[in-house]
Amino acid sequence: MNPVNYLYLAALLFAIGATGVLIRRNVIVVFMCVELMLNACNLAFVAFARLHGNLDGQIIAFFTMVVAAAEVVVGLAIIVSLFRSRHSASVDDASLMKL
Amino acid sequence: MDTENLIALLVAAPLLGAAVLLCGGRRLDRVGHWIGTALAAVSFVIGLVLFTDMLGKGAEDRSLHQHLFSWIPVEGFQADVAFQLDQLSVTFVLLISGVGTLIHLYSIGYMEHDERRRRFFGYLNLFLAAMLLLVLADNYLLLYVGWEGVGLASYLLIGFWQHKPSAATAAKKAFLVNRVGDMGLSIAIMLMFTTFGTFAFEPVLEATGETSEGKLTAIGLMLLLAACGKSAQVPLQSWLGDAMEGPTPVSALIHAATMVTAGVYLIVRSGEIFNGAPDAQLAVTVVGAVTLLFGAIVGCAKDDIKKALAGSTMSQIGYMILAAGLGPIGYVFAIMHLVTHGFFKAGLFLGAGSVMHGMNDEVDMRKYGGLRKYMPVTFVTFGLGYLAIIGFPGLSGFFSKDKIIEAAFAKGGTEGWILGSVALLGAAITAYYMTRVMLLTFFGEKRWQPDAEGNAPHPHESPKSMTIPMILLAFGSVFAGGFFSVGDRFMHWLEPVTHHDHGDSPLSAATVTGATMVVLVIGVTLAWLQYGRRPVPVVAPRGSLLTRAARRDLLQDDFNHVVLVRGGEHLTRSLVYVDHTLVDGVVNGTAASVGGLSGRLRKLQNGYARSYAVSMFGGAAVLIAATLLMRAV
Amino acid sequence: MTAVAAYTTSTGEALQFWVLGTVAVIGALCTILMRKAVHSALCLAGTMIILAVFYLANGAYFLGIVQIVVYTGAIMMLFLFVVMLVGVTAADSLKETIKGQRWLAALCGFGFAILLFAGIGNASLKDFNGLAKANANGNVEGLAALIFTKYVFAFEITGALLITATVGAMVLTHRERTERAKTQRERAEERVRAGKHLPPLPAPGVYARHNAVDIAGLLPDGTPSELTVNQTLRERGQIRDVSSEALNDLRALEQRASDRLERPGPLRTGSGRAGESASDPVAAAAGEQTEEASK
Repeated sequence: MNPVNYLYLAALLFAIGATGVLIRRNVIVVFMCVELMLNACNLAFVAFARLHGNLDGQIIAFFTMVVAAAEVVVGLAIIVSLFRSRHSASVDDASLMKL
Repeated sequence: MDTENLIALLVAAPLLGAAVLLCGGRRLDRVGHWIGTALAAVSFVIGLVLFTDMLGKGAEDRSLHQHLFSWIPVEGFQADVAFQLDQLSVTFVLLISGVGTLIHLYSIGYMEHDERRRRFFGYLNLFLAAMLLLVLADNYLLLYVGWEGVGLASYLLIGFWQHKPSAATAAKKAFLVNRVGDMGLSIAIMLMFTTFGTFAFEPVLEATGETSEGKLTAIGLMLLLAACGKSAQVPLQSWLGDAMEGPTPVSALIHAATMVTAGVYLIVRSGEIFNGAPDAQLAVTVVGAVTLLFGAIVGCAKDDIKKALAGSTMSQIGYMILAAGLGPIGYVFAIMHLVTHGFFKAGLFLGAGSVMHGMNDEVDMRKYGGLRKYMPVTFVTFGLGYLAIIGFPGLSGFFSKDKIIEAAFAKGGTEGWILGSVALLGAAITAYYMTRVMLLTFFGEKRWQPDAEGNAPHPHESPKSMTIPMILLAFGSVFAGGFFSVGDRFMHWLEPVTHHDHGDSPLSAATVTGATMVVLVIGVTLAWLQYGRRPVPVVAPRGSLLTRAARRDLLQDDFNHVVLVRGGEHLTRSLVYVDHTLVDGVVNGTAASVGGLSGRLRKLQNGYARSYAVSMFGGAAVLIAATLLMRAV
Repeated sequence: MTAVAAYTTSTGEALQFWVLGTVAVIGALCTILMRKAVHSALCLAGTMIILAVFYLANGAYFLGIVQIVVYTGAIMMLFLFVVMLVGVTAADSLKETIKGQRWLAALCGFGFAILLFAGIGNASLKDFNGLAKANANGNVEGLAALIFTKYVFAFEITGALLITATVGAMVLTHRERTERAKTQRERAEERVRAGKHLPPLPAPGVYARHNAVDIAGLLPDGTPSELTVNQTLRERGQIRDVSSEALNDLRALEQRASDRLERPGPLRTGSGRAGESASDPVAAAAGEQTEEASK
């Protein structure tokens, strides 16, 4: 098997995650889909590290995880406060930009 | 103290009077007229001082300059408030302030019963200040300020009895018609600025030699338009007759002696421009000749004494404009006739005012008659003015008008013959209508009746404050012409400014004088046959077609109405139509299409973050596709 | 195992890839298709664990472990906590409100995947180095050497980022109490002054036949009182409506009693006074209840 297949898998997962972001209305699920996209990227980084034969790709993936952790913390805090004020977890309810 | 520093005081004195009288309020009601008269007299005295000072100098040093301050100092555009006093200006200054002072004096009596007399004097002073500014300015822009100032004063004074709708309308009419001329002056000033880069008299007039004839003609025609407006020349003549709605001293001062001659001043002052543009000069002479006949014919038909005199004014200014259009041959005579006309026409108007004063403000000459017994002083002064205007030998009008007719012939060629003949014909008609006025007013049976309320007029002589100015003006009417003409004194006086050229007349001076005398006698005789020999009907007969047209000012108002008012209405209506259909159509169509498109685009902005995310994601996909395509290529 | 992961793809890895890869894609699809957030979270956790295995297979041992411990263990649990907080059972309706959104999203996702595939297929990935050399001193040591030399600034900045994120989360969720909390006495006085609910709120146990906090207690006339249920549950609309159930039970009880006593039951005859008085108000109350629920 060609290790490039890992890249195809990563691309597929990324596309699925992106589609999820677009079709789901529950803000938590949307957020999970974002995590899925990040993970897909990480997989690609790891596969690239193997292809190139150095560890830089893994380092980037590591940083991505750290940033993702920070993002999750802040994002979930936002979700909680949003839910507190609006009693809703729907993305569409926060449509203040609408005329 | 240098005399040139006095120049500003000439303007400042009446301006101060206007400010004090107009801002002073009721507490000045009792002394206001004296303040106004005194300040006018101050101006006259300063004028005399400057004049005597000027007499003591050589011909070349007589021009004085006073630079007050820089008005608009901008790079490439220098407008100064500066005065220039030369022989031409000082002549005007003396005429304006002298006649002005006399008329102030006269107004004290004439306006005695008017409760707004203080305001009247304020306006008169304002007029004097503006008119003096006009003739003293050393550049066209400042002249324009004075030009507009006299227009304003004229408007205020014509409409002084604004409770009369006719007066209010007449004031508006004068203002509007004048505006057409003022536009000509402003365009002329702009043209001067683009052509010469300045509008001070001296540099402009010196630079005319190097300027193309086309530009000079354009400037000249615009100046002529300005002169037509201010001096009531065809085609902008229609306001002068109506302007007689103002108080009679106003008619005498503004609409006979001074303001209406501003056009003549403008043309003579700009002589070098016209000298360089023969076409413009020809236009000036044509305008002058046409107006000369026009005014004279109107004057023959009017029964209103002031309107008859107004027609006469128009005609006499036509003479001046004609002379001014003749170039260096005529400038001096234009100014000379202007001065003498200032005397006798002011005198005539004051006489008319005196008659009206005694006749309960009746203006219809057919209801006068035989007044010479009741108002002897008025009769004598009016009579002297009459003799002066028809050109009775030895009196002012004889010298000045005769010279203009001579100069018209001296123009040479066919033009000279035509212009000379017109001037001669005008002299005949002048004699006719003035004799008519004289006969209707002072001779024959008395024709006045009690009015509806049974108040019969009691003709009486006017008070001293009115008769003294009339007497003084009568002196001027009698002697001014002779004084000027002896030894060509006036010509030599003005020559440094206007220059002079004798031209070559096809007729000798004696021949012209003889012809003038002949037409004079013919005119007087005709008038006597019609009005002196048999009783005059109180109600005017229907008259010939020409008479009826002349009574309606030769249909000038009808012409204006049909051509300008109707035409303007049609133009406006079609413009409105174009505006509504074409312009609004384009604008509204654009708005509607933008609105429709926006309504559709608005649906894209639904406020849902997910929708926007789709756009972003799609955009990212397009970017990747583009990158791949570029790589593939 | 190190050697295997380094530069060759053994049959075992191929098998592992195809099996686990399929599961991962299914997990991802389930994440986006499950109606309930909890299910989505669980599916995502599964996908992440599979990814961890793939990291291990690719020689990223440290990352594999971190993926399991941090991602699956910590972050996903955090997600689950929030899901609990926001409402476990609240399921998304599957009806799409924005016209064409779903189709557009699917089209974009599909197109994006195709493009990415094309990009990967287009790239020249012939050189295949393997990690044997890089991992020679051990994967963790290799990573440590890079983090503390080449990427030391990024690493430090990441620390700052984490601190900031922590503070931010606190700021966002923490509500400062700006005034003194009211004492019980003050609250009681306030209630008396306001004039409603003078007695304490009814306890959930009153006439309740089920021992659960999400079931409203019944008032003496048989109507359920929402006041007996926790406010959070009320706001989420998670009160279980058992009034009709309770009434049915009551009716069955009466039926049994009348059967046993062998006298005509209230429902059968429809003439007994007790029956009328018992059934009518109950039916009315039940009607009210359903109306309220539909609101």
